[in-house]
Amino acid sequence: MLNERIKPIVMPKWGLSMSEGKVTGWLKRPGSTISIGDELLEVETDKITNVVEAGETGVLRRVLGEPGTVYPVKALIAVLAEPDVPDDDIDAFISAYAVPAGEEDGEAEAGPQYHTAETPAGTIRYAKRGEGGPTVLLVHGFGGDLDNWLFTIDALAEKATVYALDLPGHGQSTKQVADPSLSGLSQAVLGFLDSVGVERAHFVGHSMGGAVSMRTALDAPGRVASLSLIASAGLGERIDGGYIQGFVGATSRRDLKPVLETLFADRGLVSRQMVDDLLKYKRLDGVDEALRALSASLFADGRQASVLASGIADARTPTLVVWGEEDRVIPADHAQALANTAHVAVIPGAGHMVQMEAAGKVNALLKDHIAKAD
Amino acid sequence: MSRKISMKQAINEALDLEMRRDPTVIVMGEDIVGGTGAKGEDDAWGGVLGVTKGLYAKHGDRLMDTPLSESAYIGAAIGAAACGLRPVAELMFLDFMGVCFDQIFNQAAKFRYMFGGKAETPVVIRGMVGAGFRAAAQHSQMLTPLFTHIPGLKVVCPSNAYDAKGLLIQSIRDNDPVIFCEHKNLYGLECEVPAESYAIPFGEANVLRDGDDVTIVSYGLTVHRAMEAATALAKDGTEAEVIDLRTLSPIDWDTIVESVERTGRLVVVDEAHPRCNLATDIAAFVGQNAFGALKAGIQMVTAPHTPVPFAPSLEDLYVPSADSIASAVKRTLSPKGASPRIAA
Repeated sequence: MLNERIKPIVMPKWGLSMSEGKVTGWLKRPGSTISIGDELLEVETDKITNVVEAGETGVLRRVLGEPGTVYPVKALIAVLAEPDVPDDDIDAFISAYAVPAGEEDGEAEAGPQYHTAETPAGTIRYAKRGEGGPTVLLVHGFGGDLDNWLFTIDALAEKATVYALDLPGHGQSTKQVADPSLSGLSQAVLGFLDSVGVERAHFVGHSMGGAVSMRTALDAPGRVASLSLIASAGLGERIDGGYIQGFVGATSRRDLKPVLETLFADRGLVSRQMVDDLLKYKRLDGVDEALRALSASLFADGRQASVLASGIADARTPTLVVWGEEDRVIPADHAQALANTAHVAVIPGAGHMVQMEAAGKVNALLKDHIAKAD
Repeated sequence: MSRKISMKQAINEALDLEMRRDPTVIVMGEDIVGGTGAKGEDDAWGGVLGVTKGLYAKHGDRLMDTPLSESAYIGAAIGAAACGLRPVAELMFLDFMGVCFDQIFNQAAKFRYMFGGKAETPVVIRGMVGAGFRAAAQHSQMLTPLFTHIPGLKVVCPSNAYDAKGLLIQSIRDNDPVIFCEHKNLYGLECEVPAESYAIPFGEANVLRDGDDVTIVSYGLTVHRAMEAATALAKDGTEAEVIDLRTLSPIDWDTIVESVERTGRLVVVDEAHPRCNLATDIAAFVGQNAFGALKAGIQMVTAPHTPVPFAPSLEDLYVPSADSIASAVKRTLSPKGASPRIAA
């Protein structure tokens, strides 16, 4: 007896490892009229705190998620409905709502959430989400890993087959970086696509991953259906060399935390867990050498060695450029390098990790761009 | 790739990885291969609690069963270290260190200093510490303060499998003598541990929980009791920051002081006896260097000044409990716990 005019708002699942989240506070009151994209509430996970945006319209008829309380993923935390839906129907909906159980079990049966592929560059870890539709590849930036897409991957996977990989030297992929250049990383990405049987994909690259995606579009244009460049390297010479050196050099929580705060407009987003996870990565044998080789090759002396903007403008690959206005690592005005040939969106109130800080807006731009380019 | 393994497995894996990486790493100790009369096959003991089980099959004679003479083989390990090997000597129960104090305190700890920095002694002496194992007074002590007292020794005491692996790898790679203290009641505790090699630097405490009301500092087993206490206190609205020291020498003073400067309250938990231990050491340091930040007297939670009892009911009371830690936190929060204010 589910009434289609009653729309549940549930605890979101951000990333592959999230099983529960804490409601930290509501940004809308019961009775408010909600539009798509409105910020409803804040949720804290062990990795990050972020805002849940409305995906549908309606009046916020019930708020069930208590601030300070932890709820499992998909638990009902609020109800949207038009004003004319009777209260009794809403109460019936709430009492009949059951958290869709067994999804985690189902995934476990279907296989692990992370996979590995043997490629010419070594073992590459990746995640694959969604079935059918266009094929999308997410390429993280310097020092990042596929979890940088924790707010992106499931949103895109609703209408696409999405791969996210750890580049060589990163995450849980091989720590050997045979060729620490954009070409070398691009070759590694193409080798990964070969090994998972993908001929052509829509490339979504963040920061250094954007430059790797551009390099691939120039060297192997047949394999890049479109480019989405998020706070991308390779569009100008400037970069915060202090950030790169600080990230490479930091060995303790005290050193690393202020460096990571550079990545966000809202410094409070840098959680203890985020710092700890990155320290665990940085301590692995081979990571320090890999990061030093990459930074020396790509970002020596606080400048970007490769600027690919004019080549991309000539190549006519359908391109989206997204930037956080408050990016303190790569300046947002680099977005204008492709202003004549690409769709450019600069998002206020977000920093370098704009795909995390303004996930709803970035996901909408990506979905739109990929749908049009496919 | 990361998976859940126990602290015992993590220590075994660290030894295995370092022996593969560096041919100068050797492992020696009582029964660490096969035990008395056994040949060291896979089914042999691999140490009294099986920590080194399986390593002989992989690395053969680089593992050595030694005579039951700590003074002899610890001395041999230190000599081998001075001559270019990287021995990991298992002392089984670190309570037995008494018979080889000269080798450790007076030789290994002094070489670098007395030879003007020209001599290095990259030896690791690892073994079990701590109470709660029904092993009586001679096999249950937390002697970490004794080792920490000696300049020239590094002292490590992990609280979990992830830290144990990374700290043991760092200990083996370190060029100074390291006393590696394994709490026997943590051997079975599992957590996520990467399969790859990684080293955790010394002198870097781990902040396990953020809080603004009180700082709880501990190491080893009692870190878990402190976390239990913090969880219980949070239900009453008290947010405790919990710091796991990981290494006692060197010690991460900065993390402790920065935390106390924020919370204004300090509880130090040490499973060692109450006199001249890590708790008194840290309390004194904070009293001397961050007195102005303190809103209340520092509280120490330690074992009593007695040998570890064999009676299980008494032994259970001996180790600091979550309740005793929570009570100490409450004392720092009560008006009586407030330190006398000095008028400005």
